[in-house]
Amino acid sequence: MSHRLPKGGRLIDRSRPLGFSFNGKELRGYAGDTLASALLGRGQVLMGRSFKYHRPRGVVASGPEEPNALVGLGRDGSFEPNVRATTTELFEGLEARSQNHWPSLEYDVGAIGSLLSRFLPSGFYYKTFLWPRAFWKHVYEPAIRLSAGLGKPPRRRDADHYEHFNITTDILVIGGGISGIVAARAAAETGADVLLVEQASTWGGRAPVDGVRIDGSGADEWTGSAVTSLQSMPNVRMRTRTTAAGIHDHGYVLLHERLTDHAPDHSVPRHRLWKVRAGQIVAATGAMERPLSFAGNDRPGCMLASAVRDYVVNYGVAPGERTVILTNNDDAYRTALTLREAGLGVPAVLDTRQEAAGPLAKAARDAGLSVRPGCGIAGIAGRNRVERVQLCSQDGDGKVIDEIQADCIAMSGGWSPTVHHWCHAAGKLSWNDAEAHFAPDPARPPTGADGMAMMHVAGRASGATGAGAVLESAHAAGVSAGRALGMGRGKKPGRVPEAEDEAHHPMEPVWLVPARAPYSKRAKSWLDFQNDVKVSDVELAAREGYESVEHAKRYTTLGMATDQGKLSNINGLAILSRELGTPVEEVGTTTFRPPYVPVTMGAIAGEARGGLFQPVRKTPIHEWHIASGAHWEPVGHWRRPYAYPMEGESVHEAVKREVQATRSGVGLLDASTLGKIVVKGPDAARFMDMLYTNMMSTLKPGKCRYGLMCSENGFLVDDGVVARLDDDTWLCHTTSGGADRIHASMEEWLQTEWWDWKAYVANVTEQFAQIGVAGPRARDVLNELGPSMDLGGEALPFMAWTDGALGNMPVRVFRISFSGELSFEIAAPAGQGRALWDRLLEAGKPFGITPYGTEALHVMRAEKGFIMIGDETDGTVIPQDLGLHWAISKGKDDFLGKRAQEREHMADPLRWRLVGLETLDGSVLPDGAYAADEGVNANGQRRTQGRVTSTYYSPTLDRGIAMGLVERGPDRMGEILEFPVIDGEPIRARIVSPAFHDPDGEKQNA
Amino acid sequence: MPESVTPLDGATYSGFVTIQDAGLVGMILLRADLGDADVVSALDGAGIEVPGAGALVGGLGNGALWMSPDELMILCAHDEAEATVETLGEALGGLHVLVANVSDSRAVFRLAGEGSAVREVLAKLSPADLRQTALPPGRVRRTRLAQVAAAFWFADDDEAVLICFRSVAGYVLDLLSKAATPGSEVGHF
Repeated sequence: MSHRLPKGGRLIDRSRPLGFSFNGKELRGYAGDTLASALLGRGQVLMGRSFKYHRPRGVVASGPEEPNALVGLGRDGSFEPNVRATTTELFEGLEARSQNHWPSLEYDVGAIGSLLSRFLPSGFYYKTFLWPRAFWKHVYEPAIRLSAGLGKPPRRRDADHYEHFNITTDILVIGGGISGIVAARAAAETGADVLLVEQASTWGGRAPVDGVRIDGSGADEWTGSAVTSLQSMPNVRMRTRTTAAGIHDHGYVLLHERLTDHAPDHSVPRHRLWKVRAGQIVAATGAMERPLSFAGNDRPGCMLASAVRDYVVNYGVAPGERTVILTNNDDAYRTALTLREAGLGVPAVLDTRQEAAGPLAKAARDAGLSVRPGCGIAGIAGRNRVERVQLCSQDGDGKVIDEIQADCIAMSGGWSPTVHHWCHAAGKLSWNDAEAHFAPDPARPPTGADGMAMMHVAGRASGATGAGAVLESAHAAGVSAGRALGMGRGKKPGRVPEAEDEAHHPMEPVWLVPARAPYSKRAKSWLDFQNDVKVSDVELAAREGYESVEHAKRYTTLGMATDQGKLSNINGLAILSRELGTPVEEVGTTTFRPPYVPVTMGAIAGEARGGLFQPVRKTPIHEWHIASGAHWEPVGHWRRPYAYPMEGESVHEAVKREVQATRSGVGLLDASTLGKIVVKGPDAARFMDMLYTNMMSTLKPGKCRYGLMCSENGFLVDDGVVARLDDDTWLCHTTSGGADRIHASMEEWLQTEWWDWKAYVANVTEQFAQIGVAGPRARDVLNELGPSMDLGGEALPFMAWTDGALGNMPVRVFRISFSGELSFEIAAPAGQGRALWDRLLEAGKPFGITPYGTEALHVMRAEKGFIMIGDETDGTVIPQDLGLHWAISKGKDDFLGKRAQEREHMADPLRWRLVGLETLDGSVLPDGAYAADEGVNANGQRRTQGRVTSTYYSPTLDRGIAMGLVERGPDRMGEILEFPVIDGEPIRARIVSPAFHDPDGEKQNA
Repeated sequence: MPESVTPLDGATYSGFVTIQDAGLVGMILLRADLGDADVVSALDGAGIEVPGAGALVGGLGNGALWMSPDELMILCAHDEAEATVETLGEALGGLHVLVANVSDSRAVFRLAGEGSAVREVLAKLSPADLRQTALPPGRVRRTRLAQVAAAFWFADDDEAVLICFRSVAGYVLDLLSKAATPGSEVGHF
């Protein structure tokens, strides 16, 4: 049984006990504990259930590689699933629940015995449930979804908040173990700015646990003074609880800092996502121990040898009373010695090598431990945890030669450098036969924008073993990073701290215990604990032809769990290599992708939630709209009033009222969102003629012209009224959503294609508030304000503009109309927009002036048959489809889209073209409805011959009106089309002219 | 003429950085080839010194910001902007330029705080290199703040001026206020 030792624990403070709960049970641990160490300290070895088979699982590791001990943490707005107990710092009141079981962790009815597991082999998704088809959706999938899966998503809104932080630094050092510290110091000594980050809350990594001595001191003592000395350097910055999540192109790195996970506080950000631009990166990310594959290795109580040692040394916790060591290398002997020193039982050290002759093995023997070379494990007895260990010869097929009582197995299959970060940005690996691991290949590093190395590896991450070699490599990495930035040249590098390289007996790769384990044992030898992938599964995938490691991964789901195969990767591909008869280095690894460990969605979102989720653009009149109860419509990032419902009025009724009031009296529209782009210069006329399909160069100063803009592929992308301000200046009005896009495309043409044309553009959209005054009484309202200029039909005819003043307010008045009424658009500096609006409202009172929103605007333009970009166009429509031939100049040599519009398909007489649609019963057609045609297409679907693009109830005509694109539409006036609807009879509509109201335009010319 | 109002209407926020509406500011957009000697001497004649790439001269009320190799933002008093546009038009007459009064199209903030506090708040929202060495007083940076365009410069070591488009003034105020919430200091710079 695991338990807290009476003394020891370098990271815990026994004077500060902390209360926490696990599955509702109140427990106690100490400050400095992780959730995993606190649970082990209370005898709780069982921590979760596996993904597929619901097998009981205990903690395996002591760091971020942990596959098993995942819990749901917190509750309500602070709940987070799939949290690793091994990296969760204990705090008072912590609440954790285990996952993936029912009804309880100890008795899970979903647990699948070995018999049933035969029906869930690798690739079971792909082959077992294909037939009958309907069964997948209704039977198999619901059943599998119920049983498979880990944490449940949070149900409440996240109570915490998050932020981003952008920095630039010369050098980023990842990992605050002894290598990171040495590398950071060496880098800083070149004069570079250095940021050193460490995922844990303490510095020094695992060197103190492993008993490393540096410059004659213990690693703890050395770390303490090295950190203090680093902190005193002005060019060094340091952060704990900060994990490098991903290395991206050109030195861009994401760091995930956890500010309050160890001491919850909703008033400050919980996590901070650092976006770092680093000149050079040093990865001092250490190494990870590999498990060994033997039958029953997933039983709670089977742990990594290094983790067992960590729990004893760091937390004063014994994972078991009697621990059997299983190893293929010398390092695990440290665990045996540590346990012995703590007074715990070590009944045997099973060494799969035929010889165990290193100094550590000797020390173990000297301590009286039973070292058994050439020995492996045949099986484990025990239900929810290890109870007895059956021994066998490693060379054999698993014949039991002995049985030992034990409650813990400390296994070590050797160490793999943590190469994830090196590989994120395409650093390559090479295979090291002696250590049986992949290590970064310094000849093929990740490269930066200049094609040169942007990353260096330090210490065990480089494949170095032995403390002396580790520190040498770390120091060299720090110096190289500085030199790569041109710093520290000619400066003598500082001293490398001294440490001894311990002598050791070479490790021997072992991928299966025992070597000739039969199928029955291989089917119980786990590779990926979290996803339940066993040796037999990878073998099956290989036999079924999955020779590529990437395919085998996906077929078996090896390494696809939340731990991303940190423990299973090398073991799995070694099995694949054995089965394929291909050397490991040729099989290769799967791709290491960011993030290194899961990053919270909150950190990724940063500040962008709630009111800051997206910017909301507001016009100068926005506050008035709010006060007047506007019903809103998003238009790009703008919020525009859709309508202004009055007390007791529906939105539909409001729209009807607004239309009628405008048509019969006068309406007021906030048109400030309209794009306004100035084009000026000696070549502006030429430029304008290229941008628009119309001839804009012939427009006279003082006049306006409606224009169309097409993409180079001929499709209509924007429209609006152009005013010529003077000889070489034009003002282009664009759609509200199109201003930024059109401005950017103008700049692009000028900067790339027509770079020698003398024309400048400026987006002045936000400089002006623009207010539409429309309706038969519009002129009367303006005249109330004492205009300085003549607004009569002679002086300011339709499609003209003038500068002047309304009262004492400087304005520009455009005589343009989108409603078909007598209409003026008045532009004033934005800072005076609200004042102008208020004055117009006041002046319009006697005429019943009525503010109207975008829906009334849409209805009125549709009554006139005016098109709307985004309704009548969808990126596949050319102006000719919309009957806008009159706005396409025939006299110009060229304009954007001209050549494309001459293509065969664009000139096809069968293209769908714009018409009006009048329902026979006066009802409103559904938006987007299709007009049915005879017969069916190649897919057996009913053929169509047109679709509705705009459809409204017209208050003016008191009936439904619509526009649509119909095959040969304008040639088929009077024909009846059928529009099938989901419920009920098809709606019949007649093809008519789209100009439903005042087709001759008499009103706008008044 | 009615009094002009700023989009922030005098708003302030006090966190570990103080955020304030800088009030009405005259801003004139000038598009011209800043490498053209005639342009430079005409501007000089109009009393405008052309700042070097990425730099500014002067400050709010009287100054010029370098925006790109062919764009300056000229700063003046708000009520002098129209007259300055006229003056510039005359001084640059005959040259290929675009001059426009854009005083009302932007919102202007003043940010003040102790030490590197302002740099820290900006670094939460902008990808710009905010190290003192990279952005000392005298340099101007066009960048983004979360999801919108912005530009800023340090008027002093611990005080910055920030401009953004008028329509997103409220969004930017909320962004800056959140970033300056007490307790969220980073302590990096």
